[in-house]
Amino acid sequence: MKHEPLVLGIETSCDETGVGIVRGHTLLADAVASSVEEHARFGGVVPEVASRAHLEAMVPTIERACDTAGIALRDVDAIAVTSGPGLAGALLVGVAAAKALALGLGKPIYGVNHLAAHVAVDQLEHGPLPEPCLALLVSGGHSSLLRITDVTVGVDPMGATIDDAAGEAFDKVARLLGLPFPGGPHIDRAARDGDSVAIDFPRGLSSRRDLERHRFDFSFSGLKTAVARWVEARERSGEPVPVNDVAASFQEAVCDVLVRKALDAASSEGIEDLLIGGGVAANSRLRAMAEERASRLGIRVRVPRPGLCTDNGAMVAALGAEMVARGRTPSALDLPADSSLPVTTVLV
Amino acid sequence: MLLTFDTASPTVSVALHDGEDVVVELVSGLAMKHGEQLAPLIEQAMVQAGIVRQDLTAIGVGVGPGPFTGLRVGLVTARTLGFVLEIPVYGVCSLDVLAAEAAVRLEGRDFVVATDARRKEVYLASYDAEGARLAGPVVDKPATLATDLPVIGEGGTLYPSDFPGHTGATRPSAGWLARVVTDELAELCDPEPMYLRRPDAEPPRAPKKVS
Ligand SMILES: [Zn+2]
Repeated sequence: MKHEPLVLGIETSCDETGVGIVRGHTLLADAVASSVEEHARFGGVVPEVASRAHLEAMVPTIERACDTAGIALRDVDAIAVTSGPGLAGALLVGVAAAKALALGLGKPIYGVNHLAAHVAVDQLEHGPLPEPCLALLVSGGHSSLLRITDVTVGVDPMGATIDDAAGEAFDKVARLLGLPFPGGPHIDRAARDGDSVAIDFPRGLSSRRDLERHRFDFSFSGLKTAVARWVEARERSGEPVPVNDVAASFQEAVCDVLVRKALDAASSEGIEDLLIGGGVAANSRLRAMAEERASRLGIRVRVPRPGLCTDNGAMVAALGAEMVARGRTPSALDLPADSSLPVTTVLV
Repeated sequence: MLLTFDTASPTVSVALHDGEDVVVELVSGLAMKHGEQLAPLIEQAMVQAGIVRQDLTAIGVGVGPGPFTGLRVGLVTARTLGFVLEIPVYGVCSLDVLAAEAAVRLEGRDFVVATDARRKEVYLASYDAEGARLAGPVVDKPATLATDLPVIGEGGTLYPSDFPGHTGATRPSAGWLARVVTDELAELCDPEPMYLRRPDAEPPRAPKKVS
């Protein structure tokens, strides 16, 4: 049997300090320290607060991952780290730590793209990725449709949000409804007791004219405004706001557009596998709707379990292991952190 | 072999000290970009000194105050390297590094160290003639901290009317940081950042009306 690479991955693109360890496609450890509670009172991630938290959490999280995996650091074959995209100051802490590990261990370093890592993580749960496959990545920071021919080099963007990310819309609507940050899980929960067809919220970039130019792109800013208008009108008239119905109808509008465009993209490319990743992939309605509609088209859906959908170090390690397995050239020690790393640059 | 570096100024400085003296000292070519320059400079310093990573016995790092982004690059590098190599990590206030170098030069006079804190402010600490810190560091407007004493560091050259005794724009040197550690020229501390400022963040106001 060939030696499967043992890789440690570091992820600090937003508010989670993630350190994961994998051997090939096997997950050994996924340690995450989150500063989300420090951000909650600000209603969103504060970059400087996140960067400070990464510095404090870094070494303890590396230590915890090694303990969980039951490995010694010197046994690691390579270090992988999110080079971008993400918050500049936050990324920099992870990249510097990864370089220190690479230097201290005398091992190669791979600076990788966060979005491709969201795709690669599914291998830890469902085995080798079918290639090509179509990836729908939805989170507080991204909403993209990607055509994946080789997760280490061939990532082609088909569509992306032109304004807010899907997860951002969840956060903003949650705030309107008086639900806590981060909004996703709270909307999901409220929506379970609501009527998803109670209010007909708009589907962004879905008119015939929009589809000509933005067939696979998303827009959630108009939806967010529509929800705000609807809620304000209710408040003005002195009537109570039916939080559960608003949550359910809003969620339905988001999921409807995401699933419809993802399946349209897959069909147009003759791709039979759809992978959904990112924090919003944990949304129960999105998973159910995607599976139901995809099965009618003969498209298979892969969604990693929620813990692997949100940002974590295991996804970076998974992509790093793939880089090693496919013989990609490691990054140089002057590897930058690039907050706006293009999705097509999988390895820096 | 002691490895030292400071990233609390626009420059990255790296040095190696063999217990007798500084054997290599390197300074970054570009301003800022600490994250890109620090690791290659450490590697280059080890190559120049003809040592391998297992020869390192301790790390000394500047803990600021200084621009946060660069400062964190130095601190996370020091902590992580120390953890991997299982060697101790000592922190030194970056203004103390400038003071240690200056005390030799100034001979017998009290002085202050002032560095650029951006936002039209300076980081400042005051020292006696031997280079022992008397007060600070603090961050404030130059006018508030104005003094006629000799002023070491970029804060002086940036605000000469508030600091007429400015003596030139020096930046913390890793070589002097190494001497501070080996000769205990200043108090050593944990590798914790001296931010001196809270993060800029305000709790959000109520959502804006849209109609
Ligand atoms: Zn993400």
